[in-house]
Amino acid sequence: MTLPPPTRRPLPGLLDTEAIRKDFPALDRVVHDGKKLVYLDNAATSQKPRQVLDTLHSYYERSNANVHRGVHVLAEEATALYEGARDKVAAFVNAPSRDEVIFTKNASESLNLVANMLGWADEPYRVDRDTEIVITEMEHHSNIVPWQLLSQRTGATLKWFGLTDDGRLDLSDIEQVITEKTKIVSFVLVSNILGTVNPVEAIVRRAQDVGALVLIDASQAAPHMALDVQALGADFVAFTGHKMVGPTGIGVLWGRQELLEDLPPFLGGGEMIETVSMHSSTYAPAPHKFEAGTPPIAQAIGLGAAVDYLSAIGMDKIAAHEHALTEYALERLREVPSLRIVGPETAVDRGAAISFTLGDIHPHDVGQVLDEQGIAVRVGHHCARPVCLRYGIPATTRASFYLYSTPAEVDALVDGLEQVRNFFG
Amino acid sequence: MYQDVILDHYKHPHGRGLRDGQAEVHHVNPTCGDEITLRVRMDGDVVGDISYEGQGCSISQASASVLNELLVGKDVADAQKIQETFLELMQSRGRIEPDEAMEEVLEDAVAFAGVSKYPARVKCALLSWMAWKDATAKALSTAPDPSGTTPEETA
Repeated sequence: MTLPPPTRRPLPGLLDTEAIRKDFPALDRVVHDGKKLVYLDNAATSQKPRQVLDTLHSYYERSNANVHRGVHVLAEEATALYEGARDKVAAFVNAPSRDEVIFTKNASESLNLVANMLGWADEPYRVDRDTEIVITEMEHHSNIVPWQLLSQRTGATLKWFGLTDDGRLDLSDIEQVITEKTKIVSFVLVSNILGTVNPVEAIVRRAQDVGALVLIDASQAAPHMALDVQALGADFVAFTGHKMVGPTGIGVLWGRQELLEDLPPFLGGGEMIETVSMHSSTYAPAPHKFEAGTPPIAQAIGLGAAVDYLSAIGMDKIAAHEHALTEYALERLREVPSLRIVGPETAVDRGAAISFTLGDIHPHDVGQVLDEQGIAVRVGHHCARPVCLRYGIPATTRASFYLYSTPAEVDALVDGLEQVRNFFG
Repeated sequence: MYQDVILDHYKHPHGRGLRDGQAEVHHVNPTCGDEITLRVRMDGDVVGDISYEGQGCSISQASASVLNELLVGKDVADAQKIQETFLELMQSRGRIEPDEAMEEVLEDAVAFAGVSKYPARVKCALLSWMAWKDATAKALSTAPDPSGTTPEETA
């Protein structure tokens, strides 16, 4: 663009993105014949800093071995690095014990793991006929389908909280939704499609009153804000590594220790046992009880490096940066004619993923014309189709920001949308 | 990708709206939520009408308009050849540069050649064409079919 950026004032709380962006090689890319990449698809996955990439290379080049079972140097190094990553993640979420951190392959696996623990559990945790499971209408499919499966297999009733017109959870009927029959309440901390930050305390309090367990899907929270599993008051917290500058293939399930001791394993295999005979087996203590087979070693170590990277910058500072940017983006997007925000319209209790529709222009067309200008957004139902049904739209365009996103990128988006409107207008 | 021909058809679609027919199908593209309801009326061996209603991106909407313009009035065997040629073009991943012979067969539909380079959008362009194929197979199987055409499954 040749025009100067419109009346931009310095935003409070922004990070030094010029320095941060130097750590992320992918952000330097140009696409489509020389267009500078504007990467606004961070809710789908984040880019990776050199520090994480170097850690992965160095592990594979120097210390690659299987964990926990070798007596040689490389095996000991690999084990120390893998278990060291667990320590880092435990500290990152303020877990009371490192043994409460289970490595999985992603948040979906973490959520499925809890659903399967409860399906096979003994009383008082067992989900079966005559019990209820509670979720919400704004869940990602990964926090809907595992519960549908559990409900179909056990006969338990699946219930959910609906949404208000402004993209919040409707908790007005909380006492009818969460009842004495409820065994588990599973909900998202920050919505991947609406951006809504949900009121944890009210839900946890009601769940505890009726003796239900609480699982929080923190996939869109862990990358963006300080996460304290003790302060949340939940029984389980799930998140994934690749959205928080870590590699793909690594997720986390945090669970309260006494629950992890009581609940049965789901996947059986190597590493999760104590002794095995042909008749029966006994299991290793948590977290190993829930980590059958060779784990994603390099990926866990990479996640440890990601946690180091984010912690060095500071999660509170990252949250402040994104809050300022979200406020600015909402303000600028309001200038775009016929643009409708799907989700909370202010930055209060809101994350940095902003979904919108643009008149009658289909999101796929919006995304394609933005891509031609080098701007990467996500289009579709964002694995949260019930939200689209709720608001009567086939799909949305979603721009999502992260610690390296800049006000200039927000401006580029707004300019890009103007071109989309001219094109299809 | 967005040729003027495509934008023209998107903004001024041909034959939109549901009318009488012998067979109706409903097809969706689950990745983006494009939907189409399409009806076929056969007048003997001739494609009498293709009527449709739906929602979706410009590519899927324009493609349905081109389908209507191109196939209505054609002998069904010719229409099926055009459909096969369009399918071949769309599945070419940008490797087919339409020559004059292909342009003669596909007319406005050659404008979609560029779309074939975008794997995420190929399904959008094919949505109505696969729906037509499906609906035509249904129409021909319910009506006595003197030509003996057996539609094959390629979706």
